[in-house]
Amino acid sequence: MEKSNKGVQLVGFWVSPFVHRVKWGMKLKGIEFEYIEEDVFNRSPLLSQINPVTGKVPVLVHDGNPLPESSIILEYLDEVWSHAPLLPLDAYQRAQARFWATFADQKVFESAWLSVCSKGEIQEKAVKDAIGHLERMEEQQGGRRFFGGDTIGHVDLMMGFVAYMLPVWEEVAAVTILDASKFPNLAAWKSNFVDHPAIKGDLPFKDEMFTYFQGRREVHLQRI
Amino acid sequence: MSEVKLFGAWFSPYVKRVEMALNLKGVEYEYIEEDLKNKSPLFLQYNPITKLVPVLVHNGKPIFESTVILEYIDETWEGPSIFPKDPYDRAMSRFWAKFVEDKCSDPLWKACWAAGEEREKAKKEAEEALKILENEIKGKKFFGGDNIGLVDYVANYIAFWIPLLQDVVGFHILTQDKFPNIWKWCYELCNDSFVKKNLPEKEKVSSGLKRAVETGSLY
Repeated sequence: MEKSNKGVQLVGFWVSPFVHRVKWGMKLKGIEFEYIEEDVFNRSPLLSQINPVTGKVPVLVHDGNPLPESSIILEYLDEVWSHAPLLPLDAYQRAQARFWATFADQKVFESAWLSVCSKGEIQEKAVKDAIGHLERMEEQQGGRRFFGGDTIGHVDLMMGFVAYMLPVWEEVAAVTILDASKFPNLAAWKSNFVDHPAIKGDLPFKDEMFTYFQGRREVHLQRI
Repeated sequence: MSEVKLFGAWFSPYVKRVEMALNLKGVEYEYIEEDLKNKSPLFLQYNPITKLVPVLVHNGKPIFESTVILEYIDETWEGPSIFPKDPYDRAMSRFWAKFVEDKCSDPLWKACWAAGEEREKAKKEAEEALKILENEIKGKKFFGGDNIGLVDYVANYIAFWIPLLQDVVGFHILTQDKFPNIWKWCYELCNDSFVKKNLPEKEKVSSGLKRAVETGSLY
C-alpha cells in the first residue's frame, strides 16, 4: 500500500446504517475525514471507480486506497488508529465480538429488514425470526451500559440500527419486534446509545427516515 | 500448556479450513467428530447459539464461525501467517474472503441443489461473481500470492467441494472453459503438498454427496 497523505474520505448515503456505523466509529476515534454523499440510485463514476466489485456504500478511502464493507472498515480503523479501541484487546473477547457483530448483521438486520420488504406469511416469519435473534442479543447485552462495557464498541456500532432505525421500520411495516417490556436490557441500551455524545445530534431525522422507508417498502411489495 | 479441542465433521469445508490453520501453526489439538444428526450434549453446551461445526475450544472457552476462528488462531499462535501483516492488505483479504463466501460459494451451492427458476437465478448470480473472482486471481498462484492466505482457506469450498458436487448432480457452472484462471488455482490449491494433507478423500466426499442427492438430506 502506498502512503500518499491524501487524508481520509468516507463515501456514503444519508440513510444507510452501514455508513452511520463507520461515521460514528471515526468520531469515537477522533479521526478527521471528508464525507462525500452519493446517490445510490444514481451512482456516480466515483463509486464505480472506488468500489467496482459491489458498487455499495460505505467506502472508506485512506491515502487514496479504497476499502468497502462497514465491519471490515471498522476493524481497519482499529488497526490503523489504535487509540480508543472499538474491539476488545483480548483475543478471546475479540473473537466473541466478531461473532456477535456478524450475528447482528446476518441475523438481526436481515430478518428485521425482511419484515419491511414483505407482507403476510413471509413477514410473519421474518418478525418471528427477528424476535428470536433479539432474544440472543438481549442475553448477550446482559444489562451492561453498552455491549462494549462502559464504552461503545464494535458490537454496539453493528447493532446501532436497532436503537434508531428499527423503530421506524416497525412503524412503516406495522409490526412489533423490539417490545421494551420483553427486552429490558436492549431497551436500556437503546437509550444509552442514542444519548451518547458521538451519536446524539448525528442521527437522520425520524420523519425523513419514515418517508424513505415507506417508499422502499412500496417498491419491494410491488416486486413480490 | 494450553488445551485445544476442535469439534468437527469430516466432510465439512468449514472444519477443514480450521484444521488446516491449526496444522499450519503446529498446534496440538484433540479432534472430536460430531454426528450432526445426533449432536452430543457436550457440543451443544459449547455452542448453544448456532449448533454448527466447527467449534474451537481453547482452555475451556468456545469460539464458533470458521472465519472468526481463523482470526483467533492467527492472533493466538506463532508460526506462518494466515492474514497479511499490512492493515490495508489484511482488510482487503477480509473483503475478498467475505465476497467468496457470500457471493460465490453460496450461489454455487444453491444452484447445484435447486431446480428450475431458482437454479437459473443462482447460476446467474454465481457466474457474475466468478467473473470478478477470475479477474482477481489472474497472474497469481494463490489469492494470498506465492503462499496460501485467508482467501485461499475460505475458498477451499470452491476448489475441492464444488467440482465434486457439480459432477454428482451433473450441473456445471465452474468450468475450465469459462473460468480458466480459477480452474488453474483450484488445481494449484488442491495439489499443494500442505493443503492436500488437509482435505478429505475425494471418493468419500463424492459418495456422501451422492447419498445426499438420493436421500435429500445432507448428513
